[in-house]
Amino acid sequence: MTKCGFSIAVLLAILLLGVLAFFQPRQVTLAQGGMPTDDEVNRIARQLYCPVCENTPLDVCPTEACRQWRELIRQMLAEGKSEAEIKQYFVEYYGARVLSEPPRQGFNWIVYVLPPLMILAGVVLLFRTLRGWVKPAAVDEQEVEQLSADPLVRKLEEDLRRREK
Amino acid sequence: MTEHPTSASRPGVPLWAQIMIWSGLLGLLIMIGIGLARAQQGTIQRGDRVPSNLTLNLYQGYEYNGQSQVRFDALRGKVVLVNFWASWCKPCEQEAAELQQAWESYQSSGQVVFLGVDYVDTEPEARIYLKKFNITFPNGPDLGTRLAQRFRIKGVPETYILDRNGVVQYVKVGPFQSAQEIQMIIDQVLLRP
Repeated sequence: MTKCGFSIAVLLAILLLGVLAFFQPRQVTLAQGGMPTDDEVNRIARQLYCPVCENTPLDVCPTEACRQWRELIRQMLAEGKSEAEIKQYFVEYYGARVLSEPPRQGFNWIVYVLPPLMILAGVVLLFRTLRGWVKPAAVDEQEVEQLSADPLVRKLEEDLRRREK
Repeated sequence: MTEHPTSASRPGVPLWAQIMIWSGLLGLLIMIGIGLARAQQGTIQRGDRVPSNLTLNLYQGYEYNGQSQVRFDALRGKVVLVNFWASWCKPCEQEAAELQQAWESYQSSGQVVFLGVDYVDTEPEARIYLKKFNITFPNGPDLGTRLAQRFRIKGVPETYILDRNGVVQYVKVGPFQSAQEIQMIIDQVLLRP
């Protein structure tokens, strides 16, 4: 290789490295800035439930379907969709049952109204029961004396004493 | 002699409260009973009529006669195969090619309609699935799982074959093994008036 050829090769190599160095950080920036993180995805996913495997929040659900839905959330976040829009989309597609918190409408109101009502009823019942409890009355000495003076009571007491003997 | 208060004189739960509590409990029991009865009902059975007001929105590129929505009552007079599937469902893949093969054999007759109902799926993945198996018959998402609830499906794949009157004539839970199996059933249903 001539001296000139070597110089061109070195120049090309430097140029190539320069190009790579120029594009490398940009790719990283796009990956970090363009795509939402797992935490951002899971923040929404944990508010949704897997409609296939019951009682499993989407953020911890291991099935293929859930993985697809998490990716869909990521994609929608990247498109600039808000949390409310994403949740609305999921409700439209999979029904209100995917929401961890049922919407406050129609029959769902039972979930919100019944438990506080039951607690309230329990408190009222407990209060009334406790209030109904009666403290034993203190012994009235005067009343005891009056009773002892009664001949019938005195006879009863004598009979009892005789039986005990 | 003074009277000590007895339990009879203690304030009890008022009648109106008792009625409310017992009514509430009864209502709750009825609800649980209905829920259990529904859970044990299983899928719709042969002889059941599919509600006519059911509609299926279709994916772009998978429309029915150029329409993006199909109503079940508009399909009266045709034998309808309703297949519930999902891209995440591995057993669905076993029958995908068979369904397409069977569809191709009836497509030109105009007497049979195949409808693919994509159950709790994402559209991008569903499209990849449809392309992978070269599926061309009408397909669409089960929005809000309304169809799945009306058919009371237990999972995917499940297939229902309706006669010309919209009455279920065949229920298949799980994948079909061959296109011939599908064709044999449809041919029998086609013989019915």
